[in-house]
Amino acid sequence: MVSKPHGGRLIYRVVSDNRRENILSSMEEYPWVKVGVREAYDAENIGFGVYSPLDGFMVSDDLDHVLSDMRLSNDIPWTIPIVVSLDGRDLSFGVGDEVLLIYGETPVAVMQVEDIYKYDKDYYAERVFGTRDLAHPGVYNVYREMGDLLVGGRIELVNPAPNPYEKYYLRPIETRVLFRERGWKTVVGFQTRNAPHMGHEYVQKTALSFVDGIFINPVIGRKKKGDFRDEVILKAYTELVRHYYPRDSAVLSIVRYEMRYAGPREAIHHAIMRKNFGCTHFIVGRDHAGVGNFYGPYDAQEIFKEFPDLGITPIFFREFFYCRRCGGIVHEKICPHDEGDRVRFSGTYVRNAIRNREAIPPYIIRPEVARVLLSEPEPFV
Amino acid sequence: MSTSKYTTVSIPRSLYNRIKRLVEETGFKSVSDYVTYVLREVVAMHEAEKYEEPFSEQDLEEIKKRLKALGYI
Ligand SMILES: [Zn+2]
Repeated sequence: MVSKPHGGRLIYRVVSDNRRENILSSMEEYPWVKVGVREAYDAENIGFGVYSPLDGFMVSDDLDHVLSDMRLSNDIPWTIPIVVSLDGRDLSFGVGDEVLLIYGETPVAVMQVEDIYKYDKDYYAERVFGTRDLAHPGVYNVYREMGDLLVGGRIELVNPAPNPYEKYYLRPIETRVLFRERGWKTVVGFQTRNAPHMGHEYVQKTALSFVDGIFINPVIGRKKKGDFRDEVILKAYTELVRHYYPRDSAVLSIVRYEMRYAGPREAIHHAIMRKNFGCTHFIVGRDHAGVGNFYGPYDAQEIFKEFPDLGITPIFFREFFYCRRCGGIVHEKICPHDEGDRVRFSGTYVRNAIRNREAIPPYIIRPEVARVLLSEPEPFV
Repeated sequence: MSTSKYTTVSIPRSLYNRIKRLVEETGFKSVSDYVTYVLREVVAMHEAEKYEEPFSEQDLEEIKKRLKALGYI
């Protein structure tokens, strides 16, 4: 039996075809809120149950608990605020109204407004990110992009934001059936935003040695300049899985989500999402979901101690590297050799090599993966 | 609406003392911290026993159809 959904119930909140038609044909009668890609993806994740047990955007009681205790008001572990903000000018609706959340031209969701409330940005930033430094992208978002009011309430998904990778997207209800079909009882989730090098592969395979299957779940979302494009990451992983994973031991599918870079708190959130997809285990690496030097390299592993009721087992890894003396991919605990014998996996090195069209040693990147990366005319954002 | 986030439950004083001795050697800050931790662990375990997958036979066929079309099964 795969993992139980978080909070005990898999949420599925999508409007019926009839209701969608009604909403679309009378859109001008609804008050609306313009949302960004973050909230559009959050709405999708609420609607399809990736955020179970959340059935809407947070009301103030839940946000308070999340900020102070890392739990919802019903005591279920939850570390990241899932909120919609407003700037509060020309507020055209109130509690009890139905409001459309509009992303671009798409009405992504309809919300039953339950709460419109103020929040303290200093407290919010301090609690979620551990800092108020605007150099932190999550903090920047709070002070410079979020409005002063939050609006909370249950939602139903109307139309998800356009998804160019639909064929790579499985909903939690689908991965749960898939894992069952494969006969997997234990499944380890792997979060990634990068093209795979050998370090990633060894982390995954080490974890896979102890469970029935691996769920490789790249995050599709806003990228920084210089990151690999989503399409390239998906092509690279498809090749890796095809050539180097036993058939029926790996599932590759995406999740659409905007990174918060909240380090430890976000590691818990990443685990909860994968639990809802059916994972029983989750890989937490070095500086998971971190940015710059805001978090200690293993803070995101330490925090799991605080959640005896998380319902998914973290698997912690230190850094893998190639060791010339060992003649393989190893890590601190199994390699006795000096730093001079070791080759660290560096994202910067890989990006530069790809940019300059240089050959990359096979102990850093599999040739099939390198071929994908090198054949792309424009592999980077 | 209750204003306090905490409430009181009763446990035998002998158990309280036993836990108190135990937590002195652990990372727990207090008996309350320890009790909260242990209860959450146990409660989550009991809650998990009650779960059934939310799809009907009909849903299952639809889902399998999509998984086949995408090449997952
Ligand atoms: Zn070595």
